[in-house]
Amino acid sequence: MGEGELSSLHVDILQEVGNIGAAHAATALSELLGTPVRISVSSARRCTFDEVSEVAGGPDELIVGVFVRVTGDIGGNMLLLMSVDSANILLQTLLGSKIVSGDYDDMQLSALGEVGNILGGAYTSAIATLTSLRMSQSVPAVAVDMAGAILDAGILATSEVSDFAVLIDTSIMGGASNIDGHFFLLPDPSSTVPLLDALGC
Amino acid sequence: MSDYSEQVEVVCRIGIADGAVVSRPDRLRTSGLGSCVGLVMYDVLTGLSGMVHVMLPTAPADFAERLRVDGVKPQKYADSAVLWLVSELQNRGSTIRNLRAKMAGGAQMFASAGRSDVLRVGPRNVEAVETALTGCSIPLLAKDVGGTEGRTIEFDSQTQLLSVRTAKSGTFTI
Repeated sequence: MGEGELSSLHVDILQEVGNIGAAHAATALSELLGTPVRISVSSARRCTFDEVSEVAGGPDELIVGVFVRVTGDIGGNMLLLMSVDSANILLQTLLGSKIVSGDYDDMQLSALGEVGNILGGAYTSAIATLTSLRMSQSVPAVAVDMAGAILDAGILATSEVSDFAVLIDTSIMGGASNIDGHFFLLPDPSSTVPLLDALGC
Repeated sequence: MSDYSEQVEVVCRIGIADGAVVSRPDRLRTSGLGSCVGLVMYDVLTGLSGMVHVMLPTAPADFAERLRVDGVKPQKYADSAVLWLVSELQNRGSTIRNLRAKMAGGAQMFASAGRSDVLRVGPRNVEAVETALTGCSIPLLAKDVGGTEGRTIEFDSQTQLLSVRTAKSGTFTI
């Protein structure tokens, strides 16, 4: 595999990784919320940095982002991204308090971080089981800001060596509660090949 | 923008790790700067103005080779971006002594994850831009850098003012 190139087989496999990871994450989220959560089929592609923030609604869009760094046999960044409205619904369900703005207190930020932590944990453990790769994740970090600014952190490791990022994107929709968001896995460039290797490619 | 204006202002949008030079009365805009830095360089006499959206502090050691082989963008790194912007402005008739700079960005978006050097890249980007500007003897007249908030910036080549918008602290000009 050439540097940064993805064949259609590799795209299919990374998509399947996304589907399996996200299916486990969706189960975890629906248990947490007590409501069914749907996920769409994941997409995996190699895209420019500008395209990554377009997927999240454009660089100016105000969003809530939970950032989790993955380390171990493979490295990468996981991001749970959702609209402020979705985060408010999530917090109301979890904490029972009525939330009107995106101006969260420590308790609310911590709850959002914990959602990212649970989803990330379900996602990585599904991939780790599938591949026998050892993966651990950092403490989640939460930011409410412009999508482009939040995604800077997600593409940073990639930008050191490449002008493109491999993005595995899954859309998440909460059944009755109108939560919608994205779950991004951005493997480090040096980890795409080991990840595909571990999957038998 | 007014319909009856004789000269139509064009807003030139700069993507990540990209840059452009425009002349009066056009505007330059880049959105969603987190740890990235938006640097503006303009000619006080002609109004010729350029902007870059810088991602990382320093170009890699094999930069010259990679520039030739895979066309890596000089606008991506603070040190090479400053030199690129100076040469673009010079190519269109500016002289260094007429150039001034303004910049914004370099935030640390995830303050709680600050233990990692990678996530401290914002302040490092700011330092690298300042060092490169000093190296070229270009005065930095204004900056809005650091903090934990993202920024969207727009430069008006007519007034030579840089408008900075954040999600929580509103909009102001420097």
